[in-house]
Amino acid sequence: MALSRRGFLKSTGLGFLALGFPPAFLARAAEGEREKPGRVLVVIFQRGGMDGLNAVIPFKERSYYALRPSIAVPEPAAGEERSLDLDGFYALHPALAPLKTIFQQGHLAIVHATGSPDNTRSHFDAQDYMEIGTPGTKGTADGWLNRYLAANRRRETPLRSVALSPALPRILAGAAPALTMASIEQFRLRNDSAATGLLRPYLSANDPLLRKAGEGLSAALAQLREIASAIPARAEGYPNSRFGTALGEIARLIKADVGLEIAFTEVGGWDTHVNQGGANGAMANRLKELAQALWAFHQDLGDRMEDVVLLTLSEFGRTVRENGNRGTDHGHANVMLVMGGKVRGGKVYGRWPGLDPEALYEGRDLTLTTDFRAICSDVLRSHMGQKNLSAVFPRFPLSSSTLEWQA
Amino acid sequence: MAAPLTQEEEATHLLNRISFGPTSREMERVNRLGTLPYLEEQLHPERISDPLVEGKLAALKTIRLRSDELFELYPPPRLSQGEGQGKSSGMRGPRYVILELQQARLLRAVYSQRQLYELMVDFWTNHFNVFAGKGADRWLVTSYDRDTIRPHALGRFRDLIRATAQSPAMLFYLDNWLSVSQEAGQEIRGRQGLLGSGRPNLRQGLNENYARELLELHTLGVDGGYTQRDVEEVARCFTGWTIRRPRGRAEFQFDSRLHDRGEKLVLGLKIPPGRGMEDGLQVIDLLSRHPSTARFIATKLVRRFVADDPPPPLVTAAAQIFQETDGDIRRVIRAIVSAPEFSAPEAWRSKIKKPLELVASALRALGAETDASLPLLRYLARMGEPLFLAQPPTGFPDLGASWIGPDSLLTRINFILDLSANRIPGTRVDREPSDALPLAAPEFQRR
Repeated sequence: MALSRRGFLKSTGLGFLALGFPPAFLARAAEGEREKPGRVLVVIFQRGGMDGLNAVIPFKERSYYALRPSIAVPEPAAGEERSLDLDGFYALHPALAPLKTIFQQGHLAIVHATGSPDNTRSHFDAQDYMEIGTPGTKGTADGWLNRYLAANRRRETPLRSVALSPALPRILAGAAPALTMASIEQFRLRNDSAATGLLRPYLSANDPLLRKAGEGLSAALAQLREIASAIPARAEGYPNSRFGTALGEIARLIKADVGLEIAFTEVGGWDTHVNQGGANGAMANRLKELAQALWAFHQDLGDRMEDVVLLTLSEFGRTVRENGNRGTDHGHANVMLVMGGKVRGGKVYGRWPGLDPEALYEGRDLTLTTDFRAICSDVLRSHMGQKNLSAVFPRFPLSSSTLEWQA
Repeated sequence: MAAPLTQEEEATHLLNRISFGPTSREMERVNRLGTLPYLEEQLHPERISDPLVEGKLAALKTIRLRSDELFELYPPPRLSQGEGQGKSSGMRGPRYVILELQQARLLRAVYSQRQLYELMVDFWTNHFNVFAGKGADRWLVTSYDRDTIRPHALGRFRDLIRATAQSPAMLFYLDNWLSVSQEAGQEIRGRQGLLGSGRPNLRQGLNENYARELLELHTLGVDGGYTQRDVEEVARCFTGWTIRRPRGRAEFQFDSRLHDRGEKLVLGLKIPPGRGMEDGLQVIDLLSRHPSTARFIATKLVRRFVADDPPPPLVTAAAQIFQETDGDIRRVIRAIVSAPEFSAPEAWRSKIKKPLELVASALRALGAETDASLPLLRYLARMGEPLFLAQPPTGFPDLGASWIGPDSLLTRINFILDLSANRIPGTRVDREPSDALPLAAPEFQRR
């Protein structure tokens, strides 16, 4: 320990003074000190528009079976290929079986008939609105997770916010630094000895986009190098897929106490226009992967799940009536999952609007009764301790909490 | 106000924008001919002979095959015989077809003399994106590239819409091949009910996927002034536009039995009842002449050639030429590239290179020899641009901020390090590694 500041900077081989970045975290890392375990929010985006009605099935609704003759999931009963009763009204898709255990343990809350109030049925607009957090207003430059980060500058570490995704998602775009990576191991320069020389021009570049990227890169490389030995291997049990791997990597970063506060990843394949399947088939396979990954994550973190909330988003639900191709088209309200932390799980939240013709949104879709921003606000307030929510969701009138939390 | 570009900078700038990056040979040509005559030459690819790239492409057998030949020679994995057969290369079946497509795209970007043409092919590939990983599209995108996009890349915009609307690849990707009138859907359902089991017929009603993207992404733009009702009406117009033999000798087919013959109302225009394929053709005509389309395409072209934030006066001028010339792509490009905004000081290196542009420009600058095989293509994928494999209908973006972050910067620098040290199998650079290091600098990330 007791590296002098100059000696430390020299040993990392990087001119951190040029970063304009408080190198305190590096000094701590160099002294073998890890970041204090803190609260973490993990957001998963299910791109393509998940069919919430076939994930969490309102099996007491006769119209559900009438409108979905070939893709409805059978109501709960003994045996295979039946949905799993949650509370006498809703049932889980059988492929989500692992989540039923977590639900019964009280660690998983479900919200039905939720989503974005905007009526767009374009994937791109709907995803954008959900990520920037201002449905109906396109001009918003940053994502709502980034606005949360920017509003709380308390932890200055390069791994404070990480997206395990091919590119930085809109939800994390903005003023606060955010990192994207494919995996922890792949995140290194192929010629360590040349690193300083190669990165220096970026740190002094007169080009904000590239300078910011260079700063983030230098800082992250340095921190990962310092803590390499403290990062545990990836646990067993995650699906062998891009999404499973990504969630496993997020768990590693959480367990290594690198100061991770916001993590994001995404999973595609939900745009089931054609041959969606019911208890089995294309969508069932996607749900199976989702459930297996969430289950592995929950097991992997164990007691640490008390500090971690994982929530899911998807841009819209799908038409109540199945389409001409045994699939469903772009619809409206959907399902969100909130797992971990002190959320009072074991309950399906949200007012159920019904599926009768006059109850449907624009005559075809599930009506929305809970704005997704209300749920996200709940999580930010109750789990992350964020008080000023209008900084994250501007122009969104705050209501009382939708979710219940344990004291 | 920054100083105007020097003559040297102007030549570099032109090659940065209308090619996949300067080479010493092309710099010399621009300086000799002058920028405008050089542009004119590039606007007429049919007059440029291109033996070098033809030689490079000769080894790629699949790019000349028909879809049914590809399906027969590279069947889906479960149909191919011998479990361990593909283990060594890991690239049998349709994955190999896509690999050769990617190779061809990269080889053309690096070696073709018809640089402007090739970059417009890339532009339209993203504008009219088809994800080559979706089902039958694994065998259809080869023909889509060769027979649908390439013939019209510098032609008339309406021909591009029509060609894509009638391409098996697009019909499959956006599900229009399954979209049928409610009546036809009911009849099919009824017939199926009588026959009972068997593979379900997927054509049971309207599917609005293609109609929506046609309006939102191909022509009017998301703010182009259409409603959900228009989407549904356009979908009705295109019922019956389908594919004959999707997994064989796939061809466009208009099946009048599947077509909705009722009256429709599209963007306020009445489409009379009782007709057939004319409905869709009329919609294409209407959309191709719509002022929102002119503006939307002009904006995207100005963004490609000039700046992420397109200067509004130039967009207006380009949109006007688009309308006056009935969507003549060549003339719109000529207007954009010869406009003062194109070579204004603020345009200099204002565009971030997307991964294909970065990789191709590095290979061109270093005079590299490459077969564009998998190890090189992997870099493109890691930088976020696995060619022909953009899943959403938007294709790959053309905005700098979507390509640059700490992680993609890491991959970009690692690529140059591996390239200069000859650590990429199939690619060779005969230069001192130190010659390549400037390519890892911030300036080289921009064009």
